[in-house]
Amino acid sequence: MQTINTLYNQRKRSTLIAATIFLIPVFFFILIFILYPIVNSFWLSLHDWNGISSDKIFYGLENWKTLATDTVFYKSFVNNIIIVVLSIAIQLPIAMALAFLLDTGGKKLNFLKMVYFLPMLMSSVAVGFLFKYTYDPQFGLISAISELFGGEGMVDLLGNPKIAIYAVISVICWQYIPFYMVYFLAAFSALPEEMYEASIIDGATYGQYFWKVALPSMKGSVKSAAVLSLVGSLKYFDLIYVMTQGGPNGATELMATYMYKNAFQTMKMGYGSTVASGMFIVITVISLLTLRVLNGKEEA
Amino acid sequence: MKTRKKITVGKVIVAILALVWLVIAGGPFYFMVTSAFKEQFEILTAGVFALPEGLYLDNFIGVIKSEFYRYLLNSTFVVAVSLVLILVTSLCAAYPFSRFKFKLNKPLFGLVVAAMAVPIHVTLIPVFQLTQKIHLYDTIFALIGPYTAFNLPISVFILTTFMADIPKELEESAEIDGCGKYRTFIHVIAPLSKPGLATLAIYNAVNMWNEFSFALVLTQSAKSRTLPLSIWEFQGQYNSNVPMIMAVLTFCALPMIAAFAVGQDKLIKGMMAGAVKG
Repeated sequence: MQTINTLYNQRKRSTLIAATIFLIPVFFFILIFILYPIVNSFWLSLHDWNGISSDKIFYGLENWKTLATDTVFYKSFVNNIIIVVLSIAIQLPIAMALAFLLDTGGKKLNFLKMVYFLPMLMSSVAVGFLFKYTYDPQFGLISAISELFGGEGMVDLLGNPKIAIYAVISVICWQYIPFYMVYFLAAFSALPEEMYEASIIDGATYGQYFWKVALPSMKGSVKSAAVLSLVGSLKYFDLIYVMTQGGPNGATELMATYMYKNAFQTMKMGYGSTVASGMFIVITVISLLTLRVLNGKEEA
Repeated sequence: MKTRKKITVGKVIVAILALVWLVIAGGPFYFMVTSAFKEQFEILTAGVFALPEGLYLDNFIGVIKSEFYRYLLNSTFVVAVSLVLILVTSLCAAYPFSRFKFKLNKPLFGLVVAAMAVPIHVTLIPVFQLTQKIHLYDTIFALIGPYTAFNLPISVFILTTFMADIPKELEESAEIDGCGKYRTFIHVIAPLSKPGLATLAIYNAVNMWNEFSFALVLTQSAKSRTLPLSIWEFQGQYNSNVPMIMAVLTFCALPMIAAFAVGQDKLIKGMMAGAVKG
């Protein structure tokens, strides 16, 4: 008995040692580049600091008070929410329709599938530049199209504060619809073949099959897609930074671009950290709430 | 049996959508590639839709002759080094997470999963500061740490799920044959994880190849910047020379388009690997 116990303990100890050795590298990276920066960010948010001088002035909660009444931050939060809502409302239905088309069309439509996928092959930065010029009043595609239909041309979508955000959202949709299309396509192919055959034999049209059979069994995928889109939209940065830098006049400002500007353009590192920390809190709360709501429904 | 070909409203709408989307998805690419072959003022004189008047290659030659190769080298270097770090580290981490029984397994794994949700912009300022402190600011090495760290959580998550599906018997028989944990890892688990690693490699390579925020903040001079920022530099130089910018964009998209042409399914699968429920 004694020996068995010692053997067992020895085994347990060797497992623990092995686990430690295997896990050291991953936690080294996570601690230094993810956990420590989050804590540090909150710490810096309590200071007034320009990022260069060695003396940070302890500011207490001053920065947070400023943030609470900062209309620009509020505006950028609202812009983030607009992107979240419109992204989900536009991307998912179109992606779903395209995926259904490709799924029922089979191999014949491979060419379509290839072209549809093209936007995903470009980085956000490249997409941003491409559309900056596509939208360009003088050289761009949109102005040319407007002229083609008898308009005056010189359409300046990004320069108009009322339209800019929607112009940018269109680009976001352009870039991400292929992603959700492929995502739903995979979900469609995962549905059992018999389900499709049975409904067609029973005389269902494609439309009926889609609405009554396929869509209801894809609830899970739609939910996950919505969560992915939500989380992605709240963190949005690259494309907007390239296309408008938050302008004109803050019309497309996002939490991330506002944070970047404070920290790295006006060198208010302390307040920038406050915006970053505020962003962290907002995103965490919204993500947790969404997961709670979605998971709660699943149980009911 | 012939299927009935009934034309319904739904079908017409879907067909229209299919065509419209073809134009929308392809149009900007057409604009990009055709413009890249045009002379600077050709867009204004001949219009946007016109095909290039001739095979005008000066834009591409201009890009090749510029510092473009430097960005390309930088990107390749950063992606290669970080990719090796990510793959080795996540392989090591996934093994105990999927195989060992120890008290802290669940909480530690939970920590990794939670790290998946952290927006990188929250960490930009501290990482920027850290990089300056260790004197890596504005070098290409500054990017390796953050790139590795931020792609690790999801990689560990994916690989742990993958390893959990490797049959236990293989490992047990190795143990009976006298393999310890480390030899089992090297000779059994690691080779069997190759398909998972391949998917991860594609996913992470694409992500890092396109990464912008860290590159923007942690580097400053052209000598240490990566491909996504090259476009930035070119825009500064050739602001109103649209065809030139389009040539740069075309060049930037080329590696991905080549990869797409070679292994369409693998690439798509890899790029979709990130779509996991957190």
